[in-house]
Amino acid sequence: MALGALLLTGCQLPTFGAYKGATSQARSTFHLWQGFFIAGIIVGGFTLLLITWVIFRYRRRSDEMPRQTQYHTVTEIFYTVVPILIVIGLFVATVLVENTVTAVEPNPAAKIDVYAFQWGWEFSYPNGVKVIGQTTDAPTMMVPTGQTVRITLRSYDVLHGFYVPEFNFSRYASPGYYTEFDFNVLHDGVYRGQCTQLCGLYHSLMFFNVRSVSPSAYRTWLRVTGAYQRTHPNSIGQLPADLHANINGTVPSYSGNSGNSGNSGSGNTGNTGGALSGD
Amino acid sequence: MTDVIAPPGTHEPTELHLPPEVPLGDGHEPHGGHEEHGPTGILKWLTSTDHKVIGLSYMITAIVIFYISGIMALFMRLQLATPHSSLLTFSQYNALFTMHGGLMLYLFAGPFAFGGLANYIVPLQVGAPDMAFPRLNALSYWLYLTGSITMLLGFFVAGGAAQFGWVAYAPLSSATSSPGAGPDLFLMGIALTGFSAIFTGVNLCGTIFYLRAPGMTMFRMPIFTWNMLVTGILILIAFPVLTAAVVMLFCDRHFGTHIYTATGCHLVNGHAMVSCGSPLLWQNLFWFFGHPEVYILALPFFGIVTEVLPVFSRRPVFGYKGMVFATMAIAALSTGVWAHHMFTTGAVLLPFFSILSLLIAVPTGIKFFNWIGTMWHGQLTFTTPMLFSIGFLFAFLMGGVTGIMLASPPIDFAVHDTYFVVAHFHQVLVGTAVFGGFAGVYYWYPKMFGRMLRESLGKWHFWLLFIGFWVTFMPQYVVGLLGMPRRVASYPSNLGWQSYNLVSTVGAFIIAASFAFLLVNFVVSWRKPIPAGDNPWDAHTLEWFTTSPPPHHNYTHLPPIRSERPTWDYNHPDALTVPHGKGVHTNGKANGKVTASV
Repeated sequence: MALGALLLTGCQLPTFGAYKGATSQARSTFHLWQGFFIAGIIVGGFTLLLITWVIFRYRRRSDEMPRQTQYHTVTEIFYTVVPILIVIGLFVATVLVENTVTAVEPNPAAKIDVYAFQWGWEFSYPNGVKVIGQTTDAPTMMVPTGQTVRITLRSYDVLHGFYVPEFNFSRYASPGYYTEFDFNVLHDGVYRGQCTQLCGLYHSLMFFNVRSVSPSAYRTWLRVTGAYQRTHPNSIGQLPADLHANINGTVPSYSGNSGNSGNSGSGNTGNTGGALSGD
Repeated sequence: MTDVIAPPGTHEPTELHLPPEVPLGDGHEPHGGHEEHGPTGILKWLTSTDHKVIGLSYMITAIVIFYISGIMALFMRLQLATPHSSLLTFSQYNALFTMHGGLMLYLFAGPFAFGGLANYIVPLQVGAPDMAFPRLNALSYWLYLTGSITMLLGFFVAGGAAQFGWVAYAPLSSATSSPGAGPDLFLMGIALTGFSAIFTGVNLCGTIFYLRAPGMTMFRMPIFTWNMLVTGILILIAFPVLTAAVVMLFCDRHFGTHIYTATGCHLVNGHAMVSCGSPLLWQNLFWFFGHPEVYILALPFFGIVTEVLPVFSRRPVFGYKGMVFATMAIAALSTGVWAHHMFTTGAVLLPFFSILSLLIAVPTGIKFFNWIGTMWHGQLTFTTPMLFSIGFLFAFLMGGVTGIMLASPPIDFAVHDTYFVVAHFHQVLVGTAVFGGFAGVYYWYPKMFGRMLRESLGKWHFWLLFIGFWVTFMPQYVVGLLGMPRRVASYPSNLGWQSYNLVSTVGAFIIAASFAFLLVNFVVSWRKPIPAGDNPWDAHTLEWFTTSPPPHHNYTHLPPIRSERPTWDYNHPDALTVPHGKGVHTNGKANGKVTASV
């Protein structure tokens, strides 16, 4: 109950080092984190105080023989039952949040197939749009803000970890089976992601970004990019600068043959893509 | 009042162990007629089946490996001190953390505890002349040494040592993704030391079940022996699974099986069809070993601390039976929590593994309160072993609290495979295997060699280690929460991770400095020995009754064993354990309950 109250009032508490969470699922996890952290401070702090107390209080002062008692039934029952109750409380809170975080909606607004490979990512949209990038050329996943995004996660080779710190979420990409999860990004923005599961030599460099834009801008981007990729079948997931959703300024070495290629070398940084605002 | 110590009259000493006629202690004579007549020198070390010689061989090998593995950690910390360091290549870095984990977990922490300390101490604590199967014991050591060398040889083959992490996750550990002899040597090293561990587990169980001295009932066994019994059982549950899994991985790599590969899988509506391997199977098998393994690594050190705290508090273990049942509960739960390492696979039943993992906090908490209760009303002296044990309490408390957080799947989603986890398990493992382990070294060194280690050097060791421990691992929690993944050789410079990593590197070197004092301490104790006598700590358990070092078959005679601390009872007949109530306050006569209990 105390924990439930903490969960409700969680917003006023310190973050305890964690991300508040950029998705609605991540917010739930964040509040759970706050609850666990406070429970940890209370229980851990109490134990710490007891240890410190005995160290100072019972340091050897004389040769007097200490009492040789071995059991104190009431104390023993107390320190067995109370932790069980705490654990039950933590478990209930865990299950509630876990069900929110892992829930998948029947009809998500956006569906993205994510394929991990050594050492990069492929983001595949229902209309055929593909964004591919690896190591120093981190790909960016475009998603609509405020709507449910369904990720279907697979791997082409070894295990990888799809991890966006600000989403408070990671999931293995594994060969042989796929997993699904949803997220609802709360605000427009760019969120960095990185592979967390050791996947070989360049594991350290397997970055990606998630860029969240308004649903209308998202639809425009999807349409324009789809049209571009249909007319440029050899672009294999590489986008010209004004479609490239990479916000970090690392414009890929695009050498396509479209009319847009003139923009590509100019280091288009910051809020890229004039096409996005033109809906 | 329920009797905790056996009722009067049972298990009176029989002709097998005569009550000693001479008081033990300084005037104690060496036991004549029991000197070993076998080979001496190097031949003794190579051929001995004496549990003490094998135990020492184990400990020396394990400590050498600990130092080697620690130096690897220093190289990694140097690499991470700056964002884009070119000190090591990615390949070298990946090999280093793989071998660091492999050496520390497979070759140091476990073998040091159950092959080294337990081998030496358990037969002494139960009053046995040796382990139950001395030759099997020797085989264990030689398999362990061979396995260790096999694993280390990976550095000297083409392609270098294994680079897939100590967990060797499939399919990264396949022949396609990790070709070369280095990975094979790593896996064969695991298989060899796995057999070594299984044999030691058999030996420990056999010794404890069958070779206890008359009077040493199960509930009079010291907690260290209890913990080694439970560890032995856990070894028998966990290590065969690992060894079998490694052999299957080897078949995948060389004989064309597809046990852990998804090759040839056809996904139909997302479900893999038959005749298809599963990378996930490796994780299930590995962690079915891996989580009991965590307690195989922890329980022996819990045991050490439970030996040290009562001795330097001059009190019996508080809640002895609760402690024993807590150990059993931890062992039982530990076989059902393996998939908490796999929460982010999206393929395990989250609530089941979450509640079992959380529940481990209960018996672990009981242990904490037992340790505190032991010190409560005690007369605490802060010798080096006691300092290390208290260091263990602080370190393990922090590691335990963050462990509770990680047992909650949503929190695990947020920090899985980040430095938060790295900090957590280092605090647990350094807390147990290093603080607990070296508490054991300082505590039993006088018994093993008949000479003392220097207290001043020991305290330098402790305080530097204690400071270095917090400086190294606390920043890793923070940087993990910021999103820094583990097992990365470089990281972006614009994310604010650098300062935390730098502090952590400084801490690692403080820890390294602390271990120089241990080496100096060993050297000083050999150059200028201070004789230890039989029982320098006024300790409780049976091993302190015999000479230091013990004679070939450990005992010529034994004291009456009427509680879990026979040596204390012998030396302090007026301060016997009182199960309940206030008991003895002064050196005066014990109250009525005591005589009733004995």
